[in-house]
Amino acid sequence: MTTATDRRQNSGFYVMLVLLVLMSVGPIVLMLITSLRLNVDIMSDNSSLLFMPTLRNYEQVLCDLLWYEPKDIARCDPTFGRALSNSLFIASIATVVTLVLGCMAAYAIVRFRFVGRGGLSLTTLLLRMVPPAVLLVPVFGIWTFQFCIGDQCAAGTHWGIILVYVAMNLPFVIWILQSFIVQVPIQLEEAARIDGAGPFRTFFLIVLPLIKPGLAAAAIFTFRIAWNEFLLANALADRKTRTVPVTIVNSLTEYNIDWGVIMATGMLLAIPPILFTLLASRQIITGMTAGAVKG
Amino acid sequence: MQAANASRLTPYLFLAPSLAVLGVALLYPVGYMVYASFLDWNPSQRISQADWVGWRNYLFLLNDPSFRESLFVTLKFAAVVVTCEMILGVGLALLLDRPLRGMTLLRTLFILPMMIAPIVVGLMWRYLYHPTVGPLNRILTGLGFDPVPWLSDSSWALVSIILADIWQWTPFIFILSLAALQSLPKSAMEAARIDGASGWQQIWHIKLPLMLPVLIVTGLLRLIDAFKVLEVVLVLTNGGPGLSTEIMSLRIARTASEFRELGKAAAMSNLLLIVLMALTLAMFVYGILTEKRAARLRAAAEAEADSP
Repeated sequence: MTTATDRRQNSGFYVMLVLLVLMSVGPIVLMLITSLRLNVDIMSDNSSLLFMPTLRNYEQVLCDLLWYEPKDIARCDPTFGRALSNSLFIASIATVVTLVLGCMAAYAIVRFRFVGRGGLSLTTLLLRMVPPAVLLVPVFGIWTFQFCIGDQCAAGTHWGIILVYVAMNLPFVIWILQSFIVQVPIQLEEAARIDGAGPFRTFFLIVLPLIKPGLAAAAIFTFRIAWNEFLLANALADRKTRTVPVTIVNSLTEYNIDWGVIMATGMLLAIPPILFTLLASRQIITGMTAGAVKG
Repeated sequence: MQAANASRLTPYLFLAPSLAVLGVALLYPVGYMVYASFLDWNPSQRISQADWVGWRNYLFLLNDPSFRESLFVTLKFAAVVVTCEMILGVGLALLLDRPLRGMTLLRTLFILPMMIAPIVVGLMWRYLYHPTVGPLNRILTGLGFDPVPWLSDSSWALVSIILADIWQWTPFIFILSLAALQSLPKSAMEAARIDGASGWQQIWHIKLPLMLPVLIVTGLLRLIDAFKVLEVVLVLTNGGPGLSTEIMSLRIARTASEFRELGKAAAMSNLLLIVLMALTLAMFVYGILTEKRAARLRAAAEAEADSP
């Protein structure tokens, strides 16, 4: 008797699910489709979804990595390849350094009693909220005028940007790793200590392997911020150290945007985070929940 | 003796590298910013060459109509965005909180928008909103409606930015509320069902009150993030048309790089930071209070269980 209404409700429910997924993923799929079309086709009135996909836009974006010759300079902008390697280098190093420092600090906060522990915990929480826009003026001033060795200043170097990203991400990483370290049974660490392992050995050999999911989540969050960040990279980078977000914003003009090429660039910037999400969504969700619920 | 010394030093050894980095690259810059907010300083000068102007930057901001406009736009954006995302996100979580095949896939697809670079989100929506080739206007004109001036009209531009943010961040609220729902005590739900509470009654009298602590923290987190939004707006409208979408962080960036007024930009940063710190502190205090209340309830429950 109720099955008919149940079934109707159920099919309505699934229709809604499909709509939700379409709304959520639709813009990303549209970006992918646009990146596979030539700009003349995008601008023409023919808006059908049937078209011959082409990799021309990607070829143009990656030209200096693929086939750059001086004679191609007219349609090749040889800056993207370098920006891509800058982005990769900066984001990976920043992630590794943040994780190493962050898990040590989180361990100390969770497992040791020491003077200033409560204040430290609150400070990391407060620092977690400092946005890039707030750091813009001081970081620009300090990195260009004060953090200098001889003539070489931190602004414009890879390490200068990495330092900012490590500092920006540390508070959050410390925060979420705390909630993973708390769950490690303390008996394991005590057993290791009785067996004669020092605190550092205990930490690296016992604790670290047990918090791998937390480390994965923290790594993805840090990489994502360092990989995606625009404002500070723009203020600090010179032509040699520019990252991908900076080149994208620089290539945006008011008129005559080559949508095919710009969408291909956007896709290339979006691919690593998309891959991480597909591969480790469980860790990301756990990390997100841990980070928020503990806050 | 030596061992005791070593163990007293150990936590500081674990902490030293982090503290060094945070001190040099976060605390020092924040202090520097507070100092810079009292200076008349432009980017070609060293800070030591800048003139001390006392509170003048702050007084200027108080009387500056475009700063007030920016403040107003930021507050409007944050309030609308958080309200809509909370309602949508929590609603979806309540709706989808049932055994469902493919839930993992669904959640994975939902978190994609917030993992993608804000710059790219801006690009995507700028294409969607494009006046002639953009899919949204193509659909509208195809259905016989007038095209909408998504980004070129000053009353639509803020709406367009709000829509993009809702698209990107509603899943965040959804995921956290769903996690909260699924960790609610089963016994409370069953008791309500046995008492014959309807679906609405269960949601209104049991689920939402029990979720409240998580919802408040989630809402505050979103509010804090809404004050930080920059890149999506930069790519979509760059603050225009006029000042209609010039949110605070964008105004800071433009004051620093376009108008070359580092002192005023620092003063603005300082005000923004104070707001964010206040929200964070509110979250912290609320967290402590709920923890205390939970502990009290647990203690009361245990006492009750102990008594015969």
